Amino acid sequence: MTSPSAITDARAGGLPLMRRRTSPLIAALRRNVPGLVGMAIIALVVLAALLAPVISPYSPTAQVSRRLLEPGAQYLLGTDEFGRDIFSRVIHGSRISLYVGAVSVSLALAFGGALGLIAGYVGGRVDTLLMRLVDMLFAIPSLVLAIVIAGLLGPSLTNAMIAIGIVYAPIYARLVRGEMLAVRNYAYIEAARAVGVRPVGLIVRHFLPNIAAPLIVQTSLLLSTAILAEAALSFLGLGAQPPDPSWGAMLGSGRRFMELTPWVAIAPGIAIVITVLGFNLLGDGLRDALDPRLRGST
Amino acid sequence: MNRYLLQRLMLVIPTLAGVSLIIFTLMRLLPGDVVDILFGGDTQADQRTLDQIRENLGLNRPLAVQYLEWIGGFLSGNFGVSMRTGIPVAESIAQGMPVTLQLAVMAIVFACLFAIPLGIVAAVRRNGVTDMLTRIVGLIGLSFPAFWLATMFLLISSTMFRWTPPLGWVSPFVDFGRNMQIMLAPALLLALQPMAIIMRMTRASLLEVLRQDYIRTAYAKGLRDRAVLLRHALQNAFIPVLTVIGVQFGVLMGGSVIIEQIFSLPGIAFLLINGLYNRDYPVVQSTVLLLSLIFVLVNLAVDLLYSAVDPRIRYD
Repeated sequence: MTSPSAITDARAGGLPLMRRRTSPLIAALRRNVPGLVGMAIIALVVLAALLAPVISPYSPTAQVSRRLLEPGAQYLLGTDEFGRDIFSRVIHGSRISLYVGAVSVSLALAFGGALGLIAGYVGGRVDTLLMRLVDMLFAIPSLVLAIVIAGLLGPSLTNAMIAIGIVYAPIYARLVRGEMLAVRNYAYIEAARAVGVRPVGLIVRHFLPNIAAPLIVQTSLLLSTAILAEAALSFLGLGAQPPDPSWGAMLGSGRRFMELTPWVAIAPGIAIVITVLGFNLLGDGLRDALDPRLRGST
Repeated sequence: MNRYLLQRLMLVIPTLAGVSLIIFTLMRLLPGDVVDILFGGDTQADQRTLDQIRENLGLNRPLAVQYLEWIGGFLSGNFGVSMRTGIPVAESIAQGMPVTLQLAVMAIVFACLFAIPLGIVAAVRRNGVTDMLTRIVGLIGLSFPAFWLATMFLLISSTMFRWTPPLGWVSPFVDFGRNMQIMLAPALLLALQPMAIIMRMTRASLLEVLRQDYIRTAYAKGLRDRAVLLRHALQNAFIPVLTVIGVQFGVLMGGSVIIEQIFSLPGIAFLLINGLYNRDYPVVQSTVLLLSLIFVLVNLAVDLLYSAVDPRIRYD
């Protein structure tokens, strides 16, 4: 008879196996202090985003006090030009930044990755055509293109995400295509093809796992860039709209009052810096961990 | 060399033609034109009047005709006329572009001046004090948004030093001192991010090269450190750095749009953003295409520099 403990044993037995499988990444990252610091920072920001309603003492959008109060016991970072609690707004701002970062980078990965996969897999004329298109998109300065797309779609957070997603898609397209070309001539791909693995299976089971490492590194670094881009667009009034507590928008509207209470401009900036720093540290750490050739070179 | 030059030049033309099509299509694809924006809330406006205005602006002609007319004009230096103000776009660009370009050029020069020596020292004395410092500076440069630093700069200079940059741009050729008073701070702030990126690339690239066999050979045959570094390592390490500098120039032209807004500089930012809000097609199309043209030419120059630095790159 199998006792419940046997199942637990089996699970416990299974765990080390799992761990051994993922160990190269985790172990390398474990030795990488900056990477770990980055991970810790991101964990904190994610926690702040998840627990925003619990942590923040006030509503991020409601007028709770007099306008432009200095920081104090009651309002940790003071109040803004509408009498809203800056601390609560900064905490809630993490939700917007992470959300925009995640959605826009996913968009870029989906579009750009698909383009790169097709170009790298099919090759030939399709490849040339798609890469010319990518070249054209690269020829427009990226922030200028983002401003144009966001401005034309109309100022809103969703449109800012679409704009950022489109602008960064070519980065993934080029990366995925390059990796596909590097991998496609390896013997194991040929072997898989020879035993009759179909294109979709070939891509999902054999190509993707082998080009995942640079994608992961790029994604972490791009998350920081995307968060900065959202802040910039919102700063210009092309992203989040009032009263949404986007850090860039807070900075954009607060700076007119910063000589009265500097915290309206200081606080959201520090929040951006901390979050972006976290993703940059993690990205560097992952690169060191995943690409031994570059270890210690960044 | 000539063949490579020719091939490279031939690539520029279709790329820019594609860019012009992308911008043109983007502008027309999305709903609303300048007439809608001008009379958007006006329910009194007579449909026939609106049609007449569109007719006058040429907005109801076939798209292909509109495109060809714009691009034909652009190629002969006629960038069109603003649909909102009636001012020739070339005139507005001629006013704004020098400011934006000066900002971008100054920033990339500052960035290189700091980044390249620091990156070299960091790589040569790996794990030394300079290396640690450059890593920290690198991370700061990557993580601090220029528009926030600019805001902080203005906050500190105005509240603590009672100083704000003088308003109204003056060409450096007219009054260099005053121009510097206006442009130095924004250019330095804008330079921080590209500096971080170029510095990291210089360090990484040089470290990679210093590991190569031919460097060991150079040392083995008794060359001094300086000779190995200057004659063998740097030349090869510099190629990826050049690429990054070219790319960063484009990033700077975008970044300067925001810095201009903060410092109230009369660059192309104002033109571009107002043009977008008003759906002023000629203004946005010509501005973006011109920025892309400059960006593509800078990268072409970088590519040609490659083939000068590295004789292997000649693409036959």
